[in-house]
Amino acid sequence: MNIRKLKDNISSRLMLAATVFACLLFFFMLISIYSRASPIFSVVSITDLLFTSEWGPTEGKFGFLPFIMGTLWVTGLATIIAVPISLLSSIYLSEYAGNHLRNAVKPLIDLLAGIPSVVYGLWGVLAVVPFINNTLAPALGVETIGGYSILAGGIVLSIMVFPIIISVTGEVLRSVSQELREVSLSLGATKWQTIKHVVLRKARPGILAAIVLGFSRAFGETMAVLMVVGNVAKVPSSVFDPAYPLPALIANTFGEMMSTPLYDSAILLAALILLIVVLIFNILARMVLIKIERGVI
Amino acid sequence: MELRRVEESIFKALMILSLMIVVGSLLGVIGIILWNGLPALNIDILTQTGGLYGKGGGILNAIMGSVYLAVGGTVLAFFLSIGIAFYLQKEYSGGTRLSSMTRLCLDILWGTPSIVYGAFGFTILIYFQMRASLLAGIIILALLELPIMTRAMEEVIKTVPQELKEVSYSLGATRLETTLNVVSKQALPGLMTGVLIAFGRGIGDAASIMFTTGYTERIPTSVFDAAASLPLAIFFLLNSPQEEVRQKAYASAVILLLIILAISITTRLLSRKYTKYIIK
Repeated sequence: MNIRKLKDNISSRLMLAATVFACLLFFFMLISIYSRASPIFSVVSITDLLFTSEWGPTEGKFGFLPFIMGTLWVTGLATIIAVPISLLSSIYLSEYAGNHLRNAVKPLIDLLAGIPSVVYGLWGVLAVVPFINNTLAPALGVETIGGYSILAGGIVLSIMVFPIIISVTGEVLRSVSQELREVSLSLGATKWQTIKHVVLRKARPGILAAIVLGFSRAFGETMAVLMVVGNVAKVPSSVFDPAYPLPALIANTFGEMMSTPLYDSAILLAALILLIVVLIFNILARMVLIKIERGVI
Repeated sequence: MELRRVEESIFKALMILSLMIVVGSLLGVIGIILWNGLPALNIDILTQTGGLYGKGGGILNAIMGSVYLAVGGTVLAFFLSIGIAFYLQKEYSGGTRLSSMTRLCLDILWGTPSIVYGAFGFTILIYFQMRASLLAGIIILALLELPIMTRAMEEVIKTVPQELKEVSYSLGATRLETTLNVVSKQALPGLMTGVLIAFGRGIGDAASIMFTTGYTERIPTSVFDAAASLPLAIFFLLNSPQEEVRQKAYASAVILLLIILAISITTRLLSRKYTKYIIK
């Protein structure tokens, strides 16, 4: 009897330890990255870091503007492509499609989420980049660096965020009560009118949260973007320009950064920026989704 | 009156088109990878190591490295995740602040980009004055898989009916006995699915292990060796100017994709096959 109690007690403590570890892990990451990044703050001011565009680690110039703008361009483009397609698909799946189609599509969406980002990157190199280089750019009369461009990054990224926006939106739409739909339908509204004026209005905060989650996923995506976006440290001015997003900067310079003073601080500052931006987006989106789950919104 | 019907059919057409784009892009990705990669697959590539330069050689070092990394990371993540998922039950955490706090933390960790895990791992390596190794990669992958696995497990454990647990308690079982003998059996297919999904995420991730595991032409013989991996093989081999080397990148992608497909199919079968043993 006592042995059983003891086992229960010990196992419970071990589980508690694992739980506390999971809670603290994020803060641990934040602190350890911050402490490595902080030396740069005493040498270069934070406004110079964020808003100048000269990048020359060997001369001590650390202007992150090209990388920040590169990230925003690629992520923004991916969001613009992904949002309408994902929302329309998700509405169709939850409002129009029969069970048969829904059950057939769901594993495909899960699979889309499970494909590794290097595989998407390889697909971009084999399909998207040549398409832009050989077909799209000549047709529009624009110059690209062999097709490696923000557009290629945006297309590849948009496919990677489809599953997130589709599945979160699907859950949000399912949480809209059936009675609400029936009231609208009984007043003579068509199905689309009901969706537009009732379902989507009710689901708006949740859909916004889904988009924010998709955006923040795209924001930190590294390998796939790195492989197709060209990696030129210049503030881009069109979608056919190459860009150099923050995650790509981190991935490309890890090897060489220990030899130059402050270089490692600068790279970890890039990681810190990513971490904080994604943290803010995630908390905002999760707050909304938790409220929806509890039926507050 | 007619206008709204027209609007509805326009939007319906757009929705179907969107869904076709989504499904089509999945098929397009799989198709392009198989089209380029399948011809490159042969027995030499699968059984030889060291294909980074020129002709000959294969990707066995990357395959083995990935297997070691993903299996190690998944096993390590499993012990942490199962404990957390069990602890989030009402009997342990009491539905308190700690459990909602943990869920939020896990969601945030889930959303944290893998390159940040890589940077974190790198700071730890510098702190301990260690070089990139298989062990470091396994630990980082375990941390990366932790939120995915735990959330998946917790979702299924939540669905175990409270009455079932109460029957066990009424027979005098402790929380641990109930959890191990009733809850985990009832949730088994879901728990396995969680493990497989996390394994898939682990084996496909490149950014987190880039600086913690390194890349080598040899198969690692101890956990302190550097190790190659399939995702990084794709990335590095693709940069080669030689077509023979790039072929090996395509072959690596096919193998990675087949592993992911196998995981996806297995999870489907698991949920179909084992649900019949579950008390509803």
